[in-house]
Amino acid sequence: MQYHKYRIVIPFLLPALILYAVFVLYPYTRAFYVSMTSWRGVSANMPFVGLDNYTRLLNESRFMDALLRNGQLLIVLPIVTISIALLFAAVFTQGGSGIMGSGFYRVVFFFPQVISAVIVGMLFTYVYNPTYGLLNAFLRLIGLGSMTRAWLGDVSTVLWAIAAVAIWSSVGFYMVIFMASMQSIPTSFYEAAVLDGATRWRQFRDITLPLMWETIRTALIYIAIAALDFFTLVQVMTGGGSSASARKSEVAAIYMYNEAFTQSRWGSASAVGVILLILTLMLSVVLMRITRRETYEF
Amino acid sequence: MSTSLVPTPPIKESLETPSTPQLGDLDIAGQSHSKRILGIVAQIPLIIWAVMVIFPFLWMIMTSLKTNQEILFSPWSLPDTPQWVNFTNAWTEAHIGRYVFNSVIVIAMSLTGTLLVSSMAAYVLARFSFPGNRLLFYIFIAGLMFPVFLGLVPLYFLMNDLHLKDTYHGLALVYIAYSLPFTIFFLVGFFKTLPEEIAEASTVDGAGPYRTFFQIMLPMAKPGLIAMGIFNFLGHWNQYLLPLVLIQSESKRMLSQGLGMLAIQQGYQNDYGALFAAMTITMVPSLIIYVLFQRRLESGLTAGALKG
Repeated sequence: MQYHKYRIVIPFLLPALILYAVFVLYPYTRAFYVSMTSWRGVSANMPFVGLDNYTRLLNESRFMDALLRNGQLLIVLPIVTISIALLFAAVFTQGGSGIMGSGFYRVVFFFPQVISAVIVGMLFTYVYNPTYGLLNAFLRLIGLGSMTRAWLGDVSTVLWAIAAVAIWSSVGFYMVIFMASMQSIPTSFYEAAVLDGATRWRQFRDITLPLMWETIRTALIYIAIAALDFFTLVQVMTGGGSSASARKSEVAAIYMYNEAFTQSRWGSASAVGVILLILTLMLSVVLMRITRRETYEF
Repeated sequence: MSTSLVPTPPIKESLETPSTPQLGDLDIAGQSHSKRILGIVAQIPLIIWAVMVIFPFLWMIMTSLKTNQEILFSPWSLPDTPQWVNFTNAWTEAHIGRYVFNSVIVIAMSLTGTLLVSSMAAYVLARFSFPGNRLLFYIFIAGLMFPVFLGLVPLYFLMNDLHLKDTYHGLALVYIAYSLPFTIFFLVGFFKTLPEEIAEASTVDGAGPYRTFFQIMLPMAKPGLIAMGIFNFLGHWNQYLLPLVLIQSESKRMLSQGLGMLAIQQGYQNDYGALFAAMTITMVPSLIIYVLFQRRLESGLTAGALKG
């Protein structure tokens, strides 16, 4: 086969390489250059301004506030999502066929993951609606009428109302991943633990968790990257505009979108993109480091 | 595409999933009683979460069949008479029909393109050794690490310069390009698992490399192609950011984009019934695909996390 190898290798690789180079690699690398210009898009000349966009952004409180919100999400989303997903995964795996309807639950829990974030966002905009929304109606029903509010219009709740939706839609996904990982742990480990009189909690803490640590780390990085993006839900649920409450849920991606497509500050917008990239990479490295444990072969 | 469906999977941390018996199926003496209690107690959070997932969707469907009056003043009650007219309003007056048509055209192109281009590249990367093979593989995989946001501004101007902005085929090309990293990653793994001998036998029989690929390897890779077809269909169907930036004429909007625009404009002329009908229409294809291919979809979606 060798003599004709390149007759297939080159034509088969070329379409993918060209598309990838033109529409993915080129824009990514170009962004670094654009981020060092004060380009406004109208003329062909792109005045080079060095790191000016970066220093201006880092001194701009609106951008730093947006970034800080990503930081808050970065802490809350992984902890809450992973905890709930782990709990459910443990219940199904350890409960096994003892849990009635486990197949049904699994199908239901995973479902939000396949639905467009736009639909999910719109649906919850109405769930949170102050006058006819489900949430307030439910709170009144169970006698917590004093807690009702305009969840997305209230500056103190808007970000967390949106975060709750993100958690709601992704728990099932991580649960399925964790279940696959838990099921790969040999049952003999648990048999031995039971003979030694280990409680369920001890079994979970000392066998399950360490043996599925790699999967938890992966999930952590996934969610962290999602927390640095977070564009669609915010855009759909608040319009990404400049009302007081929308401003309180503005994340870096929304800031960037507005810089680019409403202000035409293309250089500055690209700088935000580069900052997000650097943060994503740094975060992945840092998370890989601090979560490093001995990995167990089994 | 790292915007909505898949979070970008990080590089290689291997984890194989051998088929061991289910832990819970095992009856270890002394645990069966406590297991029964656990099984009952565990139902409580499970039911709560299931209701939290199902109820909003049911409410959405129910609301899509109500009049504006009913939606605003009796959000909990069933519609008096189902307002099917909401669906026709959504389809024609809110232009959802038009958006569905647009999405179908773009996805027909982008899905065919993604599967064809990725399977060709993946086949070569998986089955042929040549200098730079691994490097190329990693360059493709690296695309999974980068936020789509990074390249958004240059992409917008590139599309403008190439006269691809605001066109169906332009958007389809971008969809293909951003789907390559994950699809190639998945299919390389898949092609590696296919037996070597059959391809060799066909070469011996005098089939050229192209015939070997299209008539022998591709049919054998069908399960992998189906998994990636479903996965990318959902990704492209649900994609929001790219059309938002790259499609500007109202008549060419994609479905998710058009729907999002309706939401931002505070509903179509305050016709909430039509808005909920539009959401329901957009959800239906995903629901059908999920019901039909649930297992395959799950394994496709989670493959990045488990193998990657």
